[in-house]
Order: sequence, then structure tokens, then C-alpha cells
Amino acid sequence: MEEVKSVATRVGYGTALVELGKIRDDFIVMDADLAAATQTGKFKKEFPDRFYDCGIAEQNMMGIAAGIAATGKKVIVSSFAMFAAGRAFEQVRNSIGYPHLNVIIGATHAGISVGEDGATHQCCEDIALMRTIPGMTIINPADEVEARKAVYAAMELDGPVYMRFGRLAVPVVFDEDYKFEVGKGTQLKEGNDVTIIATGLMVKEALEAYDILKNEGINARVINMATIKPIDKDIIIKAAKETGAIVTAEEHSVIGGLGSAVGEVVGEEYPVPVVKLGVYDTFGHSGPAVKLLDEFGLRAANIAEKAKKAISLKK
Amino acid sequence: MDKAEKLELKKVACRARMGIIEGIHAAKAGHPGGSLSCTEILTYLYFKKMKVDPKNPKWEERDRFVLSKGHAAPALYAVLAERGFFDPKELLNLRQIGSMLQGHPDLKKIPGVDMSTGSLGQGISAAVGMALSSKHFGPDFKVYSVLGDGEIEEGQVWEAAMFAANKKLNNLVLFVDNNNLQIDGSVDEVNSPHPIDKKFEAFGFNVICIDDGNDFDKIEDALSKADKSDKPTAIIAKTVKGKGVSYMENAVNWHGAAPNDELYEQAMAELKEAYAKLG
Repeated sequence: MEEVKSVATRVGYGTALVELGKIRDDFIVMDADLAAATQTGKFKKEFPDRFYDCGIAEQNMMGIAAGIAATGKKVIVSSFAMFAAGRAFEQVRNSIGYPHLNVIIGATHAGISVGEDGATHQCCEDIALMRTIPGMTIINPADEVEARKAVYAAMELDGPVYMRFGRLAVPVVFDEDYKFEVGKGTQLKEGNDVTIIATGLMVKEALEAYDILKNEGINARVINMATIKPIDKDIIIKAAKETGAIVTAEEHSVIGGLGSAVGEVVGEEYPVPVVKLGVYDTFGHSGPAVKLLDEFGLRAANIAEKAKKAISLKK
Repeated sequence: MDKAEKLELKKVACRARMGIIEGIHAAKAGHPGGSLSCTEILTYLYFKKMKVDPKNPKWEERDRFVLSKGHAAPALYAVLAERGFFDPKELLNLRQIGSMLQGHPDLKKIPGVDMSTGSLGQGISAAVGMALSSKHFGPDFKVYSVLGDGEIEEGQVWEAAMFAANKKLNNLVLFVDNNNLQIDGSVDEVNSPHPIDKKFEAFGFNVICIDDGNDFDKIEDALSKADKSDKPTAIIAKTVKGKGVSYMENAVNWHGAAPNDELYEQAMAELKEAYAKLG
């Protein structure tokens, strides 16, 4: 069997920034003293004159980004998800979201897979927070390839974009010829018994869950939902109609994230069971990331269990 | 500034004060005290200092203004209207449904507003971002911002100040509208930001103190000093909250309240009398 390469999505983000820096000089990159970790450090090394460090002051960084964008220029700001979406929430809402400014927020170290740093840094609320801001686009790439392509796509958008990246190296799912489109889910596996809608590192787990279910005679459809806002309603409604049951899988709280977004669409458009897999209203804790993913039930086997539950709830 | 110019500025400021009172009275809500305290600062900036074009409010080379103390929106609106960005009649629609004149400044809706503000402490960061943008991308322009003395209790203000000085943004000029009152009382009692000048100095600013921020000569003098600075400038301007309306002056209860019909008439009578005296 061919060995699967594992790379963190944040690495794809950093790579894309450098690639973009080589072909255009109409944007600034900023960080809040985490350039090495967020991977903006690569851009800083390559283009020191186009990189500004705000120091440990995320709220100010968001405001500065808003000011730059208000002059009609492009800016990308980075920090950990906890501080970008959490600490600076109100700056993102009022200074960036309300005036609908062209700021890209590259938030890394999202979710439980931050690992050893523990609960204070394991942000499982960022999607929920960002989703409440009108006009915000939210992209949560599944692997390094999608991360890179998503950064390119985000540069072309009008309005604020929240991009969510992980710290942990995760298996690469997509080929280089994969086409990323903002606002579109991607069907990765065909099936009509149940649909698994996954985002971020859970996409790889969903593909494994497909195999588990297949062995039990269950044909699952698998959808990668990288864009969580605006959510791809069409692909969700089609899945609800054709498979009659949905499981969502995300490395985020089950409150307010992908599961909620899918549930909102299904509940209003074509009600069928939606069973959510994610972090269940609890804080994380320290430990190696891969063990935490096991412990918090963010694995293929857990998705398969939820899939069977969703099927059992079909009327 | 010669005598005639100063007289003209005084007239503009007085008309702007009427616009502030009319708008807030019509809205039955708003913040007169802090609007009246910074009226001269805004008037001087828009009529004498800033490179702006009311016919082309998005002109790329214009100087920028950020009202960090966004609740003083009625003052900004009145001055923008006086300057010709929109019809002064609009001021009567302040805070009404369907009006472009939101309770706090909105860059998407109002010609001449460069940044949406209202949540205290945030405007200064945007102003710093604009100054950085000019230095990085060009074109050359200056960025002016007015902060409240209560507002500088927000930690973000000092994050922004630290950054501005570190990046040597000498195209940034801040005013602290030091009227010494905030909603819950005097700034000294609530959570004193004093000494304001020493704080900005310590953060690396060129600091200019003026003992009367409602005096055009002193505003002009401070701004011309700011032009020569190689650092960002903070002008700490002592002002009178509620300036120009006797019962509002230095009265904390007029921070965020609208006058009733009787008090409205009194305020307008006082302002009209002051206007008549200007000749």
C-alpha cells in the first residue's frame, strides 16, 4: 500500500502565502508573535518588508487589519484560533465584520488536536463564534492541499474570511488536481444509506468510516464540507433526500459548528435525522494530539457508530 | 489662520452645535455632551487641516479621520454636513429607521465616514492600520483620530499606541478629548487615566497638551507642531463637555441623554444668540 503523506494544514497555509507573495505584492501579512507556529514565519523570512508583527495584541491586530482594508488594501492576519476568534471576537465583529472589510484571518491551532498545550489553547468554539457574524466566510480545510488552494480562493473573495487550520500533521486526502471552490461541498464517496458530512481533519476519518460501514453492508455517502459559511445547502438537501439520514463530523464543539449548520438546513428544508459527532460541551486537556482524538471520540469508528444511530432514527 | 477665517470657523462650529442638538432632539436619543466637547476639533480638521473632497468622498489620496469615540457621531455628522458631504437636513433623521445616520458612524452608509466605530478602543487601531497602509502602499496621507478620555481606559488603546510608536507612524495624529467626564462620573473617580500625557510619552508619542481644546488657535498650533514630528502625535486637549449649551456644560447627566422640548428650545436659543453675536 502506498504510504500516505501527513502534513499539517497550517503548513499549506504558510506555503500558499509564500507562493502568493511571489506573484503579487498587493497584500500585507501580520501576526501576533506566533509567526513560527502559525507558519506566517515563512512569509516573513521571504518578504520581511511585507510582514508586520503586532506583538501579543490580537485585538489591536484585528483593528489594524480593518484599517488597512478600509484603505482598499488586502491584509492577512494570523494567530491561534483561540485568540483570533475568541479573544478578538468583538474586534472581528465590529471592526471587520460590520463594515464587511477584506480581511483574511488565518487561524491556526484550532481544535483539540493542539495537544499538550491543553484546554486554554484548544479552541472548539471558533466556528460557532465566526458563524454568527453576518457576511463572514468560514473555511476549514481537510488537508494540506485543500489548505493551499483555499488560501488562493480566499484572496479573491469580497469581505472577511475566517480560515481554520490545525497544528497536527494529518494525512493528505486530495491530489494536486483537486479543485477547491468556496461555498461548495465535495462528494468524496457515493452511497445512499446515510451521509457523512465532515470537515477539517475529520474528512480523513470519514473516508475510513466509509470502509468500516461498507464492510457491514452499509453504503455511506461522504461529503467534505470545507466551507462552513456560506454552507452548501444544495448538497445537504440532496443528501437528506437521497440518503434519509446524516452524520456530521468535526473537531469542534457540537454547539454551533458544522453539525449545527447542517442541522439548520435540514430542519428547515427536508427534515431527516442529523446526528452530530464533535466535542460534547466540554473543555479539552493536555496530552498527545493523536491520543486526544481517540479519547474525545473523533475517529472513524465513532463516525461509523453515529452513522448507524442515524440510520436507526430513520422513520 | 487670520481673523476672518477664525470667525468663519466659529460660525461653522456654532451651526454644527445646532445640528447636534437638533438631531439628538429629533432622535430623542444620542450623546450631546461628548459631541459638543469635540466640535471645534472636528471643525478645524475638516475645514482647515484635512485634504478631503466632499464631491469625491472615497478619493484615495484624502486624509483619513476615525472617530474612535464613535458616540460623538452627531458632531461628526454635523461637521460633514457643513463641509458639504451631505445635506444638513439629513441630521434630523439621526438614529431613525432607514436613515444613513446610524447611532454610531458607519463607513458603508455615510459619505465622508472613513471607519465604522462605536465600540470604544477599536477606532484607534483602525486609524493606526490606515497610517500603516499609507506608509506601506502609499499614497501619502495623514490619519487623524479623536478618542475620549474615558475611552482610553480600554486596553486596546495602549496596544495600538505601542504599535504606532514602534512602527514610527508619524502620519498619525490622535486627539484625546479630555472633557474629564464619562458615563458613571468624572474620569478621576471612575478609573483615572491620568496622567494622560505621561502615558502617551511613555508609549513613544510626541505629546502636545492644550489647555483649551475648544480654542481654534490652540488646535491649529498643536496640529502644526504635529506636522513636524517624526513620531506619532497625541494631542491631549482639555475640553468642556456639553460646550455651548449652559445646562449641559460639565454635567455628566448629559453624556447620553436627549433634551425635552423645553430644554431643546433653550439650547437652540442659546446657540442662536451665540451665533448672532459672531456677526
